[in-house]
Amino acid sequence: MGLVESGKLPKPLTQLLNTSRKYSLWMYQWGLACCAIEMAAAMAGPRFDIMRLGVIPLPASPRQSDLLCVSGTVTDKMVPAVRRLWEQMPDPKYVISMGSCANCGGPYWDSYSVTKGVDQVIPVDVYVPGCPPRPEALLEGVVLLQERIQNEDMADKWRGDPIVVS
Amino acid sequence: MTVTESEQLAYVAAKAADARVNVELETDDGMTLNIGPQHPATHGTLRIVAKLDGEQVLWVEPIMGYMHRGYEKLVEVRTYPQITTLVNRIDWLAASCNEVPFILAAEQLMGVEAPLRAQYLRTIFHEMGRIAHLTMFLGDMGVQIGALTPMFYAMRDREFVLNQTESVSGGRFHPNFNRIGGLKDDIPKGWLDETIRIMRKMEAFCDQMEELLLGNEIFEQRTRGIGIIPAEIAQQYGLTGANLRASGVDWDLRRDVDSPMAWKHADFDVITHTDGDCYARTWVRLQETREACKIVTQLCEDLPAGPIMAKVPRIIKVPAGEAYVATENPLGEMGYYVVSQGDLGPFRVKIRTASFHNISIVPWVLRGVYVPDIISILGSLYFILGDIDR
Repeated sequence: MGLVESGKLPKPLTQLLNTSRKYSLWMYQWGLACCAIEMAAAMAGPRFDIMRLGVIPLPASPRQSDLLCVSGTVTDKMVPAVRRLWEQMPDPKYVISMGSCANCGGPYWDSYSVTKGVDQVIPVDVYVPGCPPRPEALLEGVVLLQERIQNEDMADKWRGDPIVVS
Repeated sequence: MTVTESEQLAYVAAKAADARVNVELETDDGMTLNIGPQHPATHGTLRIVAKLDGEQVLWVEPIMGYMHRGYEKLVEVRTYPQITTLVNRIDWLAASCNEVPFILAAEQLMGVEAPLRAQYLRTIFHEMGRIAHLTMFLGDMGVQIGALTPMFYAMRDREFVLNQTESVSGGRFHPNFNRIGGLKDDIPKGWLDETIRIMRKMEAFCDQMEELLLGNEIFEQRTRGIGIIPAEIAQQYGLTGANLRASGVDWDLRRDVDSPMAWKHADFDVITHTDGDCYARTWVRLQETREACKIVTQLCEDLPAGPIMAKVPRIIKVPAGEAYVATENPLGEMGYYVVSQGDLGPFRVKIRTASFHNISIVPWVLRGVYVPDIISILGSLYFILGDIDR
């Protein structure tokens, strides 16, 4: 991927690489609270079946994954672990923040122990709102992330604005 | 993001200091094994530190608080209708079961009783929450042991129950449907017939699970005789719910307590098992799913007509007083001790959740077991982290 980052790769080859990257996202699932159940429904439920989008859930370790899905309430006690596991993931990596709690604190906006948004510690690519979001909303978040990956120029990956699933 | 990286790292370091627990890695007499906080076997964010001698566990220490959201403090600054939304998310798999005891406590203080139709519907939603909860358990128990197939069956059939909840309340598993004095709305047309049909489907699911999971030879070997909890020990540690009933104690708040709910109008059995091992706990929960289907079917058939809301003032002020109401949740006894001083919100609420007391037995029951059995025992004790930490 070094060639892609430096921008020296011919455009068709970049497109090819991006296409292959977007259809093999290994999703490291960080199920914390209620959203974890909806995420499990999206992953294991035959009705939603996230694998048809090319997302492979349940990697053995964050070191093998491309996509981190933080679903649920992130508490201040949990934050160091979130940050550490995100740091263990290899680049290029993407983060989906699922649910109001991970986005901004949600119903615990005035709690003393809840981190008001996981984006305080790790950069987030897609925000999926809802308390909890339906599994379909997570699927749409994945589709939007794939669109971004398809058109991505690695050089300005970190300059992009986050996506919000409506 | 306007935060610089050094600020971020300082923030993380400060939080790491909070999370440090005084457990050192020691190798002279045994090995320390850390499981969690992010581990599939811990149902979320429980952390377990075990000291091992070879394959055998010398002692374990469960470390909680990774999901602590400060409920008891938050409810002091909310009004009663707002608290109903909040307490939905304590035990997220069976949300209506969390609302009901709180609403009942507030109603008891106000001297209001919900109409009979509302009581029936509350009980129906309570039991449907139990079905959704225990269905998830049956799938999850398979995953803990290494069988992935039951999870797909459970997820498939759980959707039917969630759909029914959604068609009434609009929420898949946070219905937020109970109000002080009754319910928000009446049920839609044709809902009862559909529910009865789905309950038959869920009974078929239970039969399927009994053959697929509990009839499996590997499953029996992994669970029979593992993690035995005698009845006296279970009572001493304050276990409730299916964990207690699997140890042979015939104790069920649905039958024993005369609450303004419709369980007294339904005919159901309290399931007990004498073994007290992992298999017994799984078996009891499976049979309870069946009983819950039976209760829902009976109540849907005898649902009386009438209003669904008692006369309550528009702005709810609960008179000064104290009340403790507990109901039988899928996990065990769930109760709220509400202290009111006549304001819009309570002065203090103590939440008694079942999981917190259920996992207090973990150090006792895990002493001397082998490492693979930790997973079976934790899976069959069945806790929800939100229910432990609040």
